[in-house]
Amino acid sequence: MIAFKNSFRELLRYPSAIVGLLVIFILLGVAVYALVTIPYSEAIRLWRGGEDVWYQNPKYASPEWFNFFTSKKEPLSFLANTADGSMTKTVTSSTADISTVEMTYSFDYTYDDYPQEIILYFSPKFNEKLPFVSIAWYTPDGRKIRIADIAVDRKSSYRFSQDQKLQKSLRNEDVMQALFVDPHAENPTVVKGQYKLVISGTTFEKDSDLDVQFVFHGKVYGLAGTDKYRRDILLPLLYGTPIALAFGLLAALGTSVLTMIIAAIGTWYAGWVDELIQRITEINLVLPFLAILIMVGTFYSRSIWLMLGVTILLSIFSGQIKTYRAIFLQSKEASYIEAARAYGASDRRIIFSYLIPRMIPLLIPALVSSIPSFVFLEASLAVLGLGDPVLPTWGKVIDDAITDGAIYRGLYYWPLEPAALLMLTGLGFAMLGFALDRVFNPRLRDI
Amino acid sequence: MSQNNKLLRIEGLVLYFNTTHGPVQAVDGVNFELESNRAVVVLGESGCGKSSLAKAILRLLPRNAGTYSGHIYLEGQDIMALGEEEFRQNVRWAAISMVPQAAMNALNPVIRVGEQVAEPAIVHLGVGKDEAYSLVKKMFQHVGVPEDFISRYPFELSGGMRQRVAIAMALVTSPNLIILDEPTSALDVLTQANIFNVLKRLKKELGVSFILITHDIATSSELADDVAVMYAGQIVEVSDAHRFFAKPLHPYSQKLMASVPRLHGDKEPEFITGRPPSLIDLPKGCRFADRCPARFEKCVEDPPVIEKDGRKVKCWLYA
Amino acid sequence: MVTDTRSKVVKGEAEGARKVLLSIDDLHVWFELRRFGFGHAGYVKAVDGVTFDVHSGETIAVVGESGCGKSSLMKTILGLYKPTRGKVIFDGKNLSELDSAGMHWYHTRVGYVQQDPYGALPPFMTIERILEEPLIVGGVKKKEEREQRVRRAMEEVKLSPVADFLPKFPHMLSGGQQQRVVIARAMIMEPKFLVADEPVSMLDASVRVEILKLLRGLQESHHLSVIYITHDLSTVSYFSERIFVMYAGNLVEKAKVRQVLDNPLHPYTMALLTGTSEPDAKNAETFKEIPPGEPPSLVNPPSGCRFHPRCSKMIKGLCEIEEPPDFEPEPGHLVACWLYK
Repeated sequence: MIAFKNSFRELLRYPSAIVGLLVIFILLGVAVYALVTIPYSEAIRLWRGGEDVWYQNPKYASPEWFNFFTSKKEPLSFLANTADGSMTKTVTSSTADISTVEMTYSFDYTYDDYPQEIILYFSPKFNEKLPFVSIAWYTPDGRKIRIADIAVDRKSSYRFSQDQKLQKSLRNEDVMQALFVDPHAENPTVVKGQYKLVISGTTFEKDSDLDVQFVFHGKVYGLAGTDKYRRDILLPLLYGTPIALAFGLLAALGTSVLTMIIAAIGTWYAGWVDELIQRITEINLVLPFLAILIMVGTFYSRSIWLMLGVTILLSIFSGQIKTYRAIFLQSKEASYIEAARAYGASDRRIIFSYLIPRMIPLLIPALVSSIPSFVFLEASLAVLGLGDPVLPTWGKVIDDAITDGAIYRGLYYWPLEPAALLMLTGLGFAMLGFALDRVFNPRLRDI
Repeated sequence: MSQNNKLLRIEGLVLYFNTTHGPVQAVDGVNFELESNRAVVVLGESGCGKSSLAKAILRLLPRNAGTYSGHIYLEGQDIMALGEEEFRQNVRWAAISMVPQAAMNALNPVIRVGEQVAEPAIVHLGVGKDEAYSLVKKMFQHVGVPEDFISRYPFELSGGMRQRVAIAMALVTSPNLIILDEPTSALDVLTQANIFNVLKRLKKELGVSFILITHDIATSSELADDVAVMYAGQIVEVSDAHRFFAKPLHPYSQKLMASVPRLHGDKEPEFITGRPPSLIDLPKGCRFADRCPARFEKCVEDPPVIEKDGRKVKCWLYA
Repeated sequence: MVTDTRSKVVKGEAEGARKVLLSIDDLHVWFELRRFGFGHAGYVKAVDGVTFDVHSGETIAVVGESGCGKSSLMKTILGLYKPTRGKVIFDGKNLSELDSAGMHWYHTRVGYVQQDPYGALPPFMTIERILEEPLIVGGVKKKEEREQRVRRAMEEVKLSPVADFLPKFPHMLSGGQQQRVVIARAMIMEPKFLVADEPVSMLDASVRVEILKLLRGLQESHHLSVIYITHDLSTVSYFSERIFVMYAGNLVEKAKVRQVLDNPLHPYTMALLTGTSEPDAKNAETFKEIPPGEPPSLVNPPSGCRFHPRCSKMIKGLCEIEEPPDFEPEPGHLVACWLYK
């Protein structure tokens, strides 16, 4: 314990260790936060969900904080609802059966660009007779634009930009531009000020009612933006953290610990055991690691945990075994081992209590430094199309972005956000690893 | 015994090492003299700074060396004032060479011993390869290594033979002074005796001087003309060997002498209680006072070096 | 003085009345040499026909140079090597015939003090753990009992205050303290028998005596049998009743300490005594008469007496042909040398 405390104090003398630890703690914090706030099943449901889950979000929206850095402010996304009162709704009954429902929503629009889409989701209550609505749009410069007059069925929605009648009446294929830009101005610019949406509905039954949800798809969304499927990228970024850390840690831990134990066993028993381990290692060294992973992924399963197992299995008999063996051969001759044999310690006790503990100082830095390579491996597999089909991971985001040509479309945020997290993880562990190496291998300290 | 006779005179030599816990005062104001063709033994226990003293004389300073000051006069010239390049060319190995601790295990295992011994001759004397090898043969004769061992590798030689090779390596540039750091401590009795026979012969035949650094009083008497006892970074007694081995003056020397087990006679050896002080946190006054049986009030002050019939002792008892 | 202390240990017991604890009978320990990993290429005859008894409570010194086979002899006694031929009998039991439970018992009866105290202690364990290990291995299940025995052992080797030392790591201790831990570890199973391999050769002169005295005190209070292995004759007289001198796999002289030190019979023993220095300024003025050459290879030792190529008193036509048997020129003083036929 004292030794551990001292090593820790020693460690904090290196600025790289402090930075590395800070990064790792932040990542761990994010991982814990993600696991606590988003249960596993919920994360999967959201990640695999389509339009029904993500209809509120714009497609390909950049993160909101982009607006801080650009002069052209992009519109945010928002929604309003008559059901929760965020949109005003007044009902007046004219006859026993017929009533009018007036739903209005005004908002200040201060952005320099028009939005992606405006959608109305209607949820009417009726038995046979469909309610009827007319939708009108008031701009700050006093124009009134009639949008549509439609009968609303259960679960019907109205998308502004997809209404060809509206396109015709506005004489513009881009409905959003027509709604937000002053057509008479010399330089067509977005008109800022208060816009108003008025939906006048009529119901034809006694208990009939009408609610509407107004979904406004801006061009920026949330902290991380959205992808092709309107999914909030924050979800895979958050939830990818525990997965990446778990994969990296488990792979690194499994590999280094098993490698060390096998090296210790081979060295201690020598003879044919050692020979066997040596030959297996040599064969394994020439096996194509990535190719085997790709084959497993293609023909068997792409589950991340299976990949983890195969990765560990293939990495155990690595060149590291030879390094450890060389050191074990030396420490095997230590006279404290001879003493242990003289007081009757069993082979197992000697391997686990005398040979291996001596190596822990070498193991720890190697382990920490190898974590990023496994995190990268997981991402690389995803980019190669062998990512886990179910889990939201960083690699999967990069894969989606590349498949969708995000770079060519200028959607840099999409692949770069997970890439930045990958690099941050790599940096954190590498910096801590360097410092640990210095603490545990005093020979390096002067360098 | 005029000043000119002095081969080496060390005055106020200081060598500290910087550590995270503070400076280690390994060599702390050492003075002693060595006359030509004599051997001085620097006697002390592990951690007293005796190996650092050897490094300080040869300016073989590790990376963490801190304060390094004082004067080292070699045949009247202060070699501390020399620049590094001059020092390397004219002093290190040319005038003073060294057989480092465990030298026999420090030979390069993949180079033939002849080549390793020839190396310093080629570098420092600027001789050609053939001449260097004839020098090596001569040196092998002096130290008692068969000539045909020139083309052998270190692992083919016994410990004793390797130690002789290491001595030949120190000897090949014909320096006036060789520093021997624990030359026999890892060797067997008969090999030890053999090595001392070789050293005695070198002193007699070639007139070489030696500084022998050791913790082993019994074997040190095999070569000693003078004895300097080192304790906690300082020399506490300097004496000629005859009087020293008959009756050491400093209480520490006396205690050391009493700890030597004898083959014959019925005196039980004694041990010194306590431990030497840490070189980082040295006590004020006499550094041996804590363990000294003859301690008295005066000992809280740093004792002066007192000269008594040509012997020097740093102890209040003789003031 | 010294002989007085020694006789106190025996306390009037007649030499023959003491029980034989360890008996080595015609012991051979050979190691096969292989060429390229297979194919027989001869044997290293590290121990080649050694016979002796150790009585209970007796201290024996085995003296010899490195490579004479004393380490192999010691390791065979500790049960780390198997004898090629011959027997090691401890308390009436032949080690080769013991099953694993029997060996387990044997390991608790024999303590082992090593040469290099720093190397002998695992650097990653605390002193407490180091001392607990043999107890755990030896099957002492109760934690309190182990703690108690650790404390007792530490007090016995005068590592006090005990509580200060328990959580320390070996590198925080001085050489002498480390060696005390090694001794405490050897003593913790309360063995009957101690093998001490050059226990003081790596220590400073002033500490050596302290450790030797400690070992002697333990030997007396526990009535231990001790095999003290060393190359240094000067420390032997304080610690042993009998000396066995070993050369090239054989014991060449076996006798009481005083007999060997004051009246050595074998030419090799004489050389060893000549080679051992005592602090005396006159040493520097003379050259020592040392037999030429070096100890022979144990793969191909010389025929006849193995010391004959270096021996100044060699009898031509005898020494180089026939191996000398043990002669007894004075009572209790055995020497394997044709000079005494």
